[in-house]
Amino acid sequence: MSDDMVNLEVDGRPVQARKGQMIIEVTDAVGAYVPRFCYHEKLSIAANCRMCLVQVEKAPKPLPACATPVGEGMKIFTRSPYAIAAQKATMEFLLINHPLDCPICDQGGECELQDLAMGYGRDVSRYTEKKRVVKDKDIGPLVSTDMTRCIHCTRCVRFGQEIAGIPELGTTHRGENMKISTYIEKSIDHELSANIIDLCPVGALNNKPYRYSARAWEIEQRATVAPHDCVGSNIYAHVLRGTVKRIVPRPNEAVNETWISDRDRFSYEAIYSADRLTTPRVRENGEWRDTDWESALKLLAEKLQAAGKDAGILLSPSSTTEEAYLLAKIAGHLGSPNIDHRLRRQDFSDQDNDPEAPLLGLEIAALEQVDGAFVVGSSIRREAPILAHRLRKAALRGARVSFACPEPESYHFGVHEYLSDAGLLTELAGVAAAAGCASNPSVRDLLAGVSATAAQQRVAASLSEAGSSVVLLGAIAERHPAAAALRTLAAAIAGATDSALGYVSEGANSVGASLAGALPHREAGGAARGAKGRCAAEIATGKGPALLLFGAEPGPDVPAFASEKRGYGFVAACTPFRSDALEASADLLLPVGTFAETSGTYVNCEGRWQSFAGVARPVGEARPGWKVLRVLGNLLDAPDFDYENSEEVRDELSAHLGSTPPKGGYAGGGKPVKAGAGSDDARRLDVPMYQVDGLVRRATALQRTPEAIRGREGC
Amino acid sequence: MSRSVRVFVPRETAAVSLGADEVAVALESAAQRNHGMAVELVRNGSRGLSWLEPLVEVETGGTRTAYGPVAPEDVDGLVAAGLFEGGTHALSLGPAEKIPYLATQQRWTFRRVGIDDPLSMDAYRAAGGFEGIGRAFELGPSAVLEHVIESGLRGRGGAGFPAGIKWRTVAAATADRKYIACNADEGDSGTFSDRILMEGDPYTLIEGMLIAGYTVGAHKGYIYLRSEYPLARRILGQAIANAREHGWLGTNVRDSGFDFDIELHLGAGSYVCGEETAMLESLEGKAGLIRYKPPLPALEGLFGKPTVVNNVVTLASVPDIVRLGGAAYAALGSGRSKGTLAFQLAGNVKRGGLVEIPFGATLRSLIEDWGGGTASGRPVRAVQVGGPLGAYLPDSLLDTPLDYEAFAAAGGMIGHGGIVVFDDTVDMAAQARFAMEFCSVESCGKCTPCRIGSVRGVEVIDRILGNQDRAANLELLDELCETMVQGSLCAMGGLTPYPVKSALKHFPGDFEPRSGGKR
Repeated sequence: MSDDMVNLEVDGRPVQARKGQMIIEVTDAVGAYVPRFCYHEKLSIAANCRMCLVQVEKAPKPLPACATPVGEGMKIFTRSPYAIAAQKATMEFLLINHPLDCPICDQGGECELQDLAMGYGRDVSRYTEKKRVVKDKDIGPLVSTDMTRCIHCTRCVRFGQEIAGIPELGTTHRGENMKISTYIEKSIDHELSANIIDLCPVGALNNKPYRYSARAWEIEQRATVAPHDCVGSNIYAHVLRGTVKRIVPRPNEAVNETWISDRDRFSYEAIYSADRLTTPRVRENGEWRDTDWESALKLLAEKLQAAGKDAGILLSPSSTTEEAYLLAKIAGHLGSPNIDHRLRRQDFSDQDNDPEAPLLGLEIAALEQVDGAFVVGSSIRREAPILAHRLRKAALRGARVSFACPEPESYHFGVHEYLSDAGLLTELAGVAAAAGCASNPSVRDLLAGVSATAAQQRVAASLSEAGSSVVLLGAIAERHPAAAALRTLAAAIAGATDSALGYVSEGANSVGASLAGALPHREAGGAARGAKGRCAAEIATGKGPALLLFGAEPGPDVPAFASEKRGYGFVAACTPFRSDALEASADLLLPVGTFAETSGTYVNCEGRWQSFAGVARPVGEARPGWKVLRVLGNLLDAPDFDYENSEEVRDELSAHLGSTPPKGGYAGGGKPVKAGAGSDDARRLDVPMYQVDGLVRRATALQRTPEAIRGREGC
Repeated sequence: MSRSVRVFVPRETAAVSLGADEVAVALESAAQRNHGMAVELVRNGSRGLSWLEPLVEVETGGTRTAYGPVAPEDVDGLVAAGLFEGGTHALSLGPAEKIPYLATQQRWTFRRVGIDDPLSMDAYRAAGGFEGIGRAFELGPSAVLEHVIESGLRGRGGAGFPAGIKWRTVAAATADRKYIACNADEGDSGTFSDRILMEGDPYTLIEGMLIAGYTVGAHKGYIYLRSEYPLARRILGQAIANAREHGWLGTNVRDSGFDFDIELHLGAGSYVCGEETAMLESLEGKAGLIRYKPPLPALEGLFGKPTVVNNVVTLASVPDIVRLGGAAYAALGSGRSKGTLAFQLAGNVKRGGLVEIPFGATLRSLIEDWGGGTASGRPVRAVQVGGPLGAYLPDSLLDTPLDYEAFAAAGGMIGHGGIVVFDDTVDMAAQARFAMEFCSVESCGKCTPCRIGSVRGVEVIDRILGNQDRAANLELLDELCETMVQGSLCAMGGLTPYPVKSALKHFPGDFEPRSGGKR
């Protein structure tokens, strides 16, 4: 037995535990449940609810299991009459003030207090005086408050302090007047803030959009994956008779731990938006009319067939891997290489240096273990809140985390350096010069005459001195007019400082779409196409007989595509939503399901394949995208299109890719890269957090947040 | 100017509230009218004889003659009776040191208090001041630590934890910074020893903190002073400034190579901030909420760094422990309660004030021999020791020796040494109710038992007094108290039931139904 282990007994069972562990960790590990409210494994210990009192031999009082470290020879009794009496006594106190409004409380049926009251509460209270009443707060459009129900566990307060990094909620007053509130009247705005809904053990903080719309016991919990960022947070959809009522986190320590972003939690509202396209529609003589699937698909097949190698396909980077793969197969069958998912990219000059897939360069969980990080061209809190959280954890551990970004952004930790003054390209060149890249032929031209500022030198030093470090390129870098130069510089810095090079890529599935061959220059698996197709910007602005838009709306998703100047004879869109821009630019609209209405696979930024089943009944006549594409393939007489289910699509691609993991990083080197033209015009480069895709743009509650309002006004 | 007379009028809160400032003004103008008389008015601290305040002393020919209590209107008569020559008057008390109340005490920590101008650096040094820290610099930290351990000095804030052990933990901890945090949030009712010391001999506290810092390797000290002590704040603030000016604080203290400075921090009127972890939170600028332990403040205290948290009297006892050796202190006291304690007599007592004696005397002796019985002259019915959360003791327990262990065995706690006396007109049910009410007002609100139990405790007592379902409610009160004792996060909720339960135990009749009028 090692020195840092102790032997103890839990309810008579011998147990070994690590020295310094709290009793509750040990009892949890051996399955001896101790009731608790304030304790949460992701938060600091508060020891204030006093529900987890257990009996410890020789202790003069019952001890809180959450705050008592184990010791050698300790004998713990979690269910002894003495322990139970102490737990019941606390419960009796809590129930004095807690309202008995479970029938009208959304938390009813999934309430920690209600559950424990069944085990530890009395049927009738011995206290008959008035209950404490607290005025409710309006803390924004996402979280509802019923503060009379609050039991002061302070999980929400600690979440703000410790996880979000900003104490949006706190306690004011003392004694029985203690209240949880924002210190001044304001909304809670952190991108992870709604996790307090899950943390709240009672119905004090609840899901505002979900309010009064279902009961916990009538909904089904179905696992799926969040569709907005490259993390692929694991989520559960709570579904009532085929309708998604809310989204909650599905714990996965390797990916999102127990958290999800507010974007992932509330975007489901858009599934039931009035903008949903409920039936195929076709434009004839300038008039839109409903049509049926059969004729709609027939029309699309005819137009694509006729377009052949000149057909263009643009798909959302949040399309499933199956959808991307089938689109790539259809393009291949048509003989057209004009397919792309990199919709917001402007500079394709070094696309041959793209990796097989824009991977993070390390596992998500490893991000919090780095000693140095340099995030280039990313407002990472908005692009991938979970990755920002991991970086914050790294910084709190002592990692030096720096940023180069034209956009100002506040991080709730000590940022090592924030380079923004001189423009992205100049700042990056400075860091590269400081890192000693001047002799690297690929950046030699870019570094001519560059001398590093003190701040740039500190960034370079933070990477080269770190045990493990990473340089991350974000969406702003990808969208930048000088993306090629930026990436080459970043790669050079990473190389010179022995750092990993990674990408915080667009959408939920840039990795999957790349692997599936939804690219004009590469096939599935990464082989170069014989004839290179047009890249996204060229497709969007180009001319041709037919264009298929998949899950992408002209304008916000395809900025280069101008409805009024479309160069295509025929435009079709497979889309969950209608929009004015779509109706102005398309001839055919095919309703496909959102992430909740289809099965599929997202490959996240660490290359993790996460497959999910459809969780909700499709709205109207919407059909899962892969099914639409399968039928389209059949109508086009494409070979090998007889898939029974999406798993077959996935498995075919997966078999094609083989077992070698894809390469990330940078595939170039040696060849000098020129700086592209164009400035850091942040307004064009930064896509506001709640504008990234059609779902979030139509998520009502999210759109009422200050973040969304700022985003709309800024656009 | 042939002769110079020194006249002492305390500048101490109790004396000032009883008119000491007006007395001082009257004396000065009387001296001015008295041509040829050079009177040096000294504003000393209080000797702790609060029942005699304002206690005026006149030093003539090496003797300090005391008069008191002096009202401003007494001054003319006193001067006429030859006050400046030590003349006799109805208010004459004879030589100050011979007043039995004082003469029978054994002063250690308070030996300088009340004797001279508390801000006079010369007076302090003349009375052995800064010899403790000087000796500490000679001995080195580990030898100083041994003296503190050997002295058996225990925390005077109430918990009675051995100071040396705490210091040793902090000294052994490895950290880039360590702190000394002096708890001067003297919030217990009936206590005033911290205040009398800070107002009467502030350099002792500064010296004690210096020694503590030197011993454990801390370079910064904080005094957390309650805002209700404005005079102490002025005196302490000036004392710190003087000490800094004379090189006793700051970098390289008196060329010792040791850096130490003190910051005076004012509380905001919260009782619970006298609990050490809430005090640390408050010092950090946060709301005064209790922190759970572990980690002990000695390991992770102020700003997460190893911190000595000691009461004013604890720290102020240290300079002489180092100066005279730990054994000298340990020779006083009884059992495991070594040294002296400055008891504070208050409430319905004839001679209220501060009595520093070795541990071991009985409560009765304090109340009768020093206190002179009740102020009302009626029999003593109950005594509360150790602040508002201390148990109420009936007459039958007054012979309990005042040491930590013996007192605890009798169901009481010595705490900070405050003794509040009640005569036979006291309504103990009202006192029990007050304990709960006090807790409901002062609870930080963090933990369930204290936050909810205190509010509901008041209600249950009201039901009992209202003769509502008495038996069931008495049982409920008992269980409520048990929940608070067993489950509370800190001593606030854990101790509140003690006055309640002791009142119920010793004075059950007061909880009987009332038929109008008094009990």
